[in-house]
Amino acid sequence: MLTKQRGPGGPAPSRYGNEETPVHVHGFLTEKLSLNLDKSVTTSATCGSSVTYGTSAPSESAVGEPGGCEGRRGLPRSLGWPPCSMTQSVVVQGKLRVEGGTPLARSQAASFATNVRSVSFLSLFLSLIAVGQCGNQIGCCFWDLALREHAAVNQKGIYDEAISSFFRNVDTRVVGDGGSISKGKICSLKARAVLIDMEEGVVNEILQGPLRDVFDTKQLITDISGSGNNWAVGHRVFGNLYQEQILEKLRKSAEHCDCLQCFFIIHSMGGGTGSGLGTFLLKVLEDEFPEVYRLVTSVYPSGEDDVITSPYNSILAMKELNEHADCVLPIDNQSLFDIISKIDLMVNSGKLGTTIKPKSLVTSSAGASKKRQEKPFDAMNNIVANLLLNLTSSARFEGSLNMDLNEISMNLVPFPQLHYLVSSLTPLYTLADVNIPPRRLDQMFSDAFSKHHQLIQADPKHNLYLACALMVRGNVQISDLRRNIERLKPSLQFVSWNQEGWKTSLCSVPPVGHSYSLLALANNTCVKPTFVELRERFMRLYKKKAHLHHYLQIEGMEESCFTEAVSSLSALIQEYNQLDATKSMPVEDLPRLSIAV
Amino acid sequence: MSIVTLQLGQCGNQIGFEVFDALFSDSHCPQRLCSKRENEAYQASCKERFFSEEENGVPIARAVLVDMEPKVINQTLLKAAQSGRWKYGQHSGFCQKQGSGNNWAYGYSVHGPRHEEPILNLIQKEAEKCDSLSGFFIIMSMAGGTGSGLGAFVTQNLQDQYSSSLKMNQIIWPYGTGEVIVQNYNSILTLSHLYRSSDALLVHENDAVHKICAKLMNIKHISFSDINQVLAHQLGSVFQPTYSAEGSFHYRRNPLGDLMENLVPHPEFKMLGVRNIPQMSENSLAYSTFTWAGLLKHLRQMLISNAKMEEGIDWQVRPPLSGLPTLGKTSLNKELHFNTSIANLLILRGKDVHSADLGKQKLRAYIHQYTKFGIEEEDFLDSFTLLEQVVASYRNL
Repeated sequence: MLTKQRGPGGPAPSRYGNEETPVHVHGFLTEKLSLNLDKSVTTSATCGSSVTYGTSAPSESAVGEPGGCEGRRGLPRSLGWPPCSMTQSVVVQGKLRVEGGTPLARSQAASFATNVRSVSFLSLFLSLIAVGQCGNQIGCCFWDLALREHAAVNQKGIYDEAISSFFRNVDTRVVGDGGSISKGKICSLKARAVLIDMEEGVVNEILQGPLRDVFDTKQLITDISGSGNNWAVGHRVFGNLYQEQILEKLRKSAEHCDCLQCFFIIHSMGGGTGSGLGTFLLKVLEDEFPEVYRLVTSVYPSGEDDVITSPYNSILAMKELNEHADCVLPIDNQSLFDIISKIDLMVNSGKLGTTIKPKSLVTSSAGASKKRQEKPFDAMNNIVANLLLNLTSSARFEGSLNMDLNEISMNLVPFPQLHYLVSSLTPLYTLADVNIPPRRLDQMFSDAFSKHHQLIQADPKHNLYLACALMVRGNVQISDLRRNIERLKPSLQFVSWNQEGWKTSLCSVPPVGHSYSLLALANNTCVKPTFVELRERFMRLYKKKAHLHHYLQIEGMEESCFTEAVSSLSALIQEYNQLDATKSMPVEDLPRLSIAV
Repeated sequence: MSIVTLQLGQCGNQIGFEVFDALFSDSHCPQRLCSKRENEAYQASCKERFFSEEENGVPIARAVLVDMEPKVINQTLLKAAQSGRWKYGQHSGFCQKQGSGNNWAYGYSVHGPRHEEPILNLIQKEAEKCDSLSGFFIIMSMAGGTGSGLGAFVTQNLQDQYSSSLKMNQIIWPYGTGEVIVQNYNSILTLSHLYRSSDALLVHENDAVHKICAKLMNIKHISFSDINQVLAHQLGSVFQPTYSAEGSFHYRRNPLGDLMENLVPHPEFKMLGVRNIPQMSENSLAYSTFTWAGLLKHLRQMLISNAKMEEGIDWQVRPPLSGLPTLGKTSLNKELHFNTSIANLLILRGKDVHSADLGKQKLRAYIHQYTKFGIEEEDFLDSFTLLEQVVASYRNL
């Protein structure tokens, strides 16, 4: 409903609106509108006139085509505002002005404006929790990339559904909690994130860096002393100490969401905070938000790891991951390093046409000139950040075959314990600053299955697939996808009962600066070697009881914790072994149910 | 008499949009192939069936759009509105924020009961707008979560509430080499439930339509919108008004009723397929000439040999059942034929699906995802049994 309020001594409001009619609209909008928080609402009608609520002249090109009205009430075409459906109400205050077009058109436009009905703004919210030094550094890269991606896609600075999945729009002038605004121009974006670290160095650095405005001080939990690379300290000591605080912050951030779909947790397995407190968090999340998916990105320790107790930390953390995570994406530094080296090779080999891109998606620095000044892990962290962006792209942006995050778990996890997914991102040059002329599309698909492109040391091609998901972004059609699946299927081994175990999704929005990209997630027995090696390193230390006293002196820790953890891992490895054993067996032809006809 | 269309899930909504678009363009096609009066009668009849009038002349599709996540519905509404020629009703869409996660159980047991009321209210409003309701046309896919699970639930409810109206379900059979990994589970569960509550099941396979696009229409990079347009073309030709016995200016009034009467003689045999010729890209249309007799003959051949398209007919002849060709506009021909070919489809694909499923089931793969929402193994077993019975009865024909 539109109620026109008479301003003091102002001109009588006309039925068609005139320049000075102040309006207070409380209602629902169906058609696309663009809302400008300077209190002007613009909508355009195809019948050649525009309706502006507001004091300013219609500056944006919000005017529809003049003429062509034909006496029909065309539907407003609007710019900048994503299409909407129902439920939320919007309150707009301002002035109504109708101008241009024929009188008939103007009256129609005005009557349209008075019939604003419903706007909806339903979106999925994703919340990122970064724990520990590694987690926070990756998280920082992630937010940087996310901002840049949305800035590139969303040219008009309007807070839309896609942005809302990762950011809140906040009016910083309002003190306290009430500052959240859900529509209109982007005022100030706050990340839906919680940053947790038990020592202040990394978080402080973030807060002093270029991203300081993206994080709310209320979203941080820090301590001073750190966990000393000790899982037990992270899990038991800090877990108990900060449980309440963590819960409170999570609840707060969940309250801001209409519908929270997934928690992303980023941490490393080898340290103390990330591994201990991070996995403690999983249990908390499972109890508090049982319906929300927990997707964990874990950085596993490489062969030459500098933390001696990393096997202990990793195995203890693995037990928690086995039990409380919905989905785990294991990553290791060695693979990331190899990928970076490959990219460097591509750049420096002087291939024709390689130029440094102005928009960089790898480093957080502004361009290639600063490349040498970047911190050592930046490039590697950006790969992980890219992984998360691509994972969520189909849930945020439109496409012809959408895939939400709950579908990942549904399709790729046939048995609850086997939820470890090996990931690969191709083409590599989308991870780099460089502008290599795009190779054939098919090459991108082939690369996704090669062992050199996986984010963990694994060889999926020579192991058994339980399921595989291909998430494509950009200008790729279903026929390209099908053709490549047909082409590559013969060279891959799928488990006998899931021979067609492919899940595909197509998102129309490509990554910034490129025309397409592919993220492949595989539930494959090739993760087994990583786990086996981890167990071996653990056993070497454990047999000598080396460094054990640091753990046992923490209250609540006993040797049984270690033995339980290792046996849980052994059980997992055993499952993978059993599946591998079925690899060479012929496909059984199962008898059909016989029915009395 | 009017048909209310229900579009469910991403697939349903995308196809539904193309269907309405095709119907609209067809009835407003500028080519003068027949007399003006005939054209108007045709237009009026088509409009009444699928669109309702809005005050300022833009027809509103008689449709209800349902999806559990907002992106697709928003896009569909927008596309329709932007075309300027027709649109969806302002309130005919219903969506939630979180999808069904490709989980039939989620769509059926969680979303269904939770949103039963608003969805059925929307349907009732559309139905009330019709002067006389011929029935419901429900478009859904079998592989996903919303289309399949929620679709099965809604069809069941419609059976209870509108038992005197006919329901035809348009189901999309997914690609053989997976779009969704658990599509076999979803398909089996959907089919078994629909078989109990729907009046007719019109089946389209993505594989077949893809081939049509590739071979006949010469599209190099086939996108889903191409596939959907071909589908819409086929569906349009099923539902466009056909002549009645009275003469050339009178069209049959009850589309669904007629179809059912002729094609579903026994409630045991509900599955239908569509054969459509000619199917070619618009470019080649200009270079081809047709005669009615030629088309019919070709169509008959296609049916006999169970081919989905004109080329590549495999000449193993099976005894055909009599079909009833219905006459349509001169440039189009379609035949909705109930014959053993569908049975073969069910048997062949059913076999793949069953074996894939049985294998999975044996190892209880993915079952935990379904039991989370209340579908137990007995439900799977029930579904298997029902479908086996259907297959057996088709075989015995």
